[in-house]
Amino acid sequence: MAQATTTSPTREETVLTRLWGWIRRIPPIFPVLIVIFLAVGYLNPNFLTTPGALAFLRRAAPLAILAIGQLFVIASGGLDLSVGSLVTFVVIGSALLIDNDPNKAMPAILIMLGIGVLVGLINGIAVAYFKIPSLIATLGMLLMLKGAGLYWTGGAPRGYLTDNFRFFGRGFIENFPLVERFPVPVLILLAVGIAAYVIFHMTNLGRSILAVGDNPTASRLSGIHVRKVRIIAFILSSVFAIIAGIMVGGFGGVTIIAGDGLELQAISAAVLGGAVLLGGRGSVPNVIAGALTLEALFNLLNLLGLPKPLRDAVQGLIIIGAVAYTALAARRRK
Amino acid sequence: MTTTTVTANGLKKTIQSLRIPPVYFFMLAIFVLGVILDQIFARGQMLTPSILVNIIIRSVALGIVAIGQTVVMIGASIDLSVAYTISLTAVLSSFLMQGDPARVPMTVALVFLIGAVVGLVNGLIITKLKVNPFIATLGTGLVIKGALNATFSNFAGEVPASFQTLGYGTIGPVPISVIILVGVAVAGWFILSRTKFGAHLYGVGGNQEVARLSGLRTDRVIIVAHIICSLTAVLTGLFVVSRLRSGAPWIGPDGVYDLESIAATVVGGTALSGGRGGVAGTIAGVLIFGVLDTIFNQLGMDTFLKSVLRGAVIILAVASYTIRSKREAA
Repeated sequence: MAQATTTSPTREETVLTRLWGWIRRIPPIFPVLIVIFLAVGYLNPNFLTTPGALAFLRRAAPLAILAIGQLFVIASGGLDLSVGSLVTFVVIGSALLIDNDPNKAMPAILIMLGIGVLVGLINGIAVAYFKIPSLIATLGMLLMLKGAGLYWTGGAPRGYLTDNFRFFGRGFIENFPLVERFPVPVLILLAVGIAAYVIFHMTNLGRSILAVGDNPTASRLSGIHVRKVRIIAFILSSVFAIIAGIMVGGFGGVTIIAGDGLELQAISAAVLGGAVLLGGRGSVPNVIAGALTLEALFNLLNLLGLPKPLRDAVQGLIIIGAVAYTALAARRRK
Repeated sequence: MTTTTVTANGLKKTIQSLRIPPVYFFMLAIFVLGVILDQIFARGQMLTPSILVNIIIRSVALGIVAIGQTVVMIGASIDLSVAYTISLTAVLSSFLMQGDPARVPMTVALVFLIGAVVGLVNGLIITKLKVNPFIATLGTGLVIKGALNATFSNFAGEVPASFQTLGYGTIGPVPISVIILVGVAVAGWFILSRTKFGAHLYGVGGNQEVARLSGLRTDRVIIVAHIICSLTAVLTGLFVVSRLRSGAPWIGPDGVYDLESIAATVVGGTALSGGRGGVAGTIAGVLIFGVLDTIFNQLGMDTFLKSVLRGAVIILAVASYTIRSKREAA
């Protein structure tokens, strides 16, 4: 009896501490996401229904994919500012290439993916071989892509995107199990997310990217081909930006501002998800959660009736607050 | 034969002793190329005084804020909020002055005070909350942008005619704007290379941990650097509004002062990783942009093609000296 009373609290304690330790290890972005998501649902109950949530995921999918791409570059120690203008380039370029002929949709997509590989390769070579800081290299690429896209189209969007192209941005799969209609962009996000998770968390490449971002010199000495790893990270980011661009074009149609500001949103989302800007850390699910949080936040501010400009201000405060919280928490752990 | 090598060596030595940043040779090359292209394809006016002065006047707005950007970047920080600080200054100035010369001193004092507060907040967020400077100033920029766009939607008020002398006036043959740029550049050079703060800033930018362990108050150095940078953004804002007569919320981001001031600074040889660089290089970086713009205008080049070439020149200019560096870029 006496023995039981002495042991049971300690056992309880260990369970509790273990539970507490487990809770503490949940990345802070998930509680934040849940709180914002529930707040949106409280203001707009439709949001918490399956179609409402799927519609939200559909809107958030391009940003989440861009943020995953950004994660690869950030984890390797860089930044990619060129993704927003790459999205615009895909949208206006595809419209021009396809020009209302459904047969040209697939070739256009393949051409765009090829351009994505090329852009990532150039970014990567500029950083890895010419040793240009990625901020500057991708800023130069941003200016070139913006100019090239507009020069190509003559300054105004021309041509049309066919329905088979727009399917990737706004299509549904009918008769899907459990829900009647499943949005295609969410399916693409799932596929990209799983692929990225496998690459980032389960392959040598993923570990190499983290190692290069953490300490390039140590990585080189331990036999990692640092330059190749860097270049691959940039190529992944550009290719993901092309995929996001195809979805943005399908969802929103052809405009010359389709990708404006998306690069900074993607960086913000990645940072909200805990990717450290100096490289060496990050996780795919957290970054997706970061992108969803940012998108849910836009929804919330919209529902609260804040004028659009004030949404910028709140977004700024939240980003600073989230990063400050992460930084302070990291210091406390040390 | 020997004499020529001797004089060539002497010349080489003199040039080396002047320690001209290599970017000036790059600028000269672009300028010469521009003059040649202009002679062949356009009206051949590149060397007329009016165009030369115009290159410099175009460079004043970017140049002032780029000097501030140089200061924070030497401290291994960065400021993405400058474009919105410029907008804020321009809009508040024309809104508060309302064309009345009597209100000028009070307004100017107020916008500089606001600028100092912006820099202080940036510095505090970076040093005390340990937020990465890129994210911190991106955030404060968004906050200023939001507040500004929620309050003003168009050009607001106007500055008095007397205030426009700042942008258009001349003292003798020299435009006042050029004098201001030279003044800011000299002040920047003086602060960076002749004061204790400057020496500390290079130390903090080079290696913050070492600087802290050797007894520097690193936080204070970074905060002061950010205040200086925001104040230069305010000065650019005042200069821009004096030329436009009225400020609108979009003039800062439209001028891409954030990314262009960073690009000009890096093109000028200041390392993004901090600890190296200076004002002289940055001025050359800014002038390269001015020369490019002028060449493009002379050749009547398509706006979009300009953007492509601008991007290419930024990459090539930075590559021209990073390629030899032993350090890993990030």
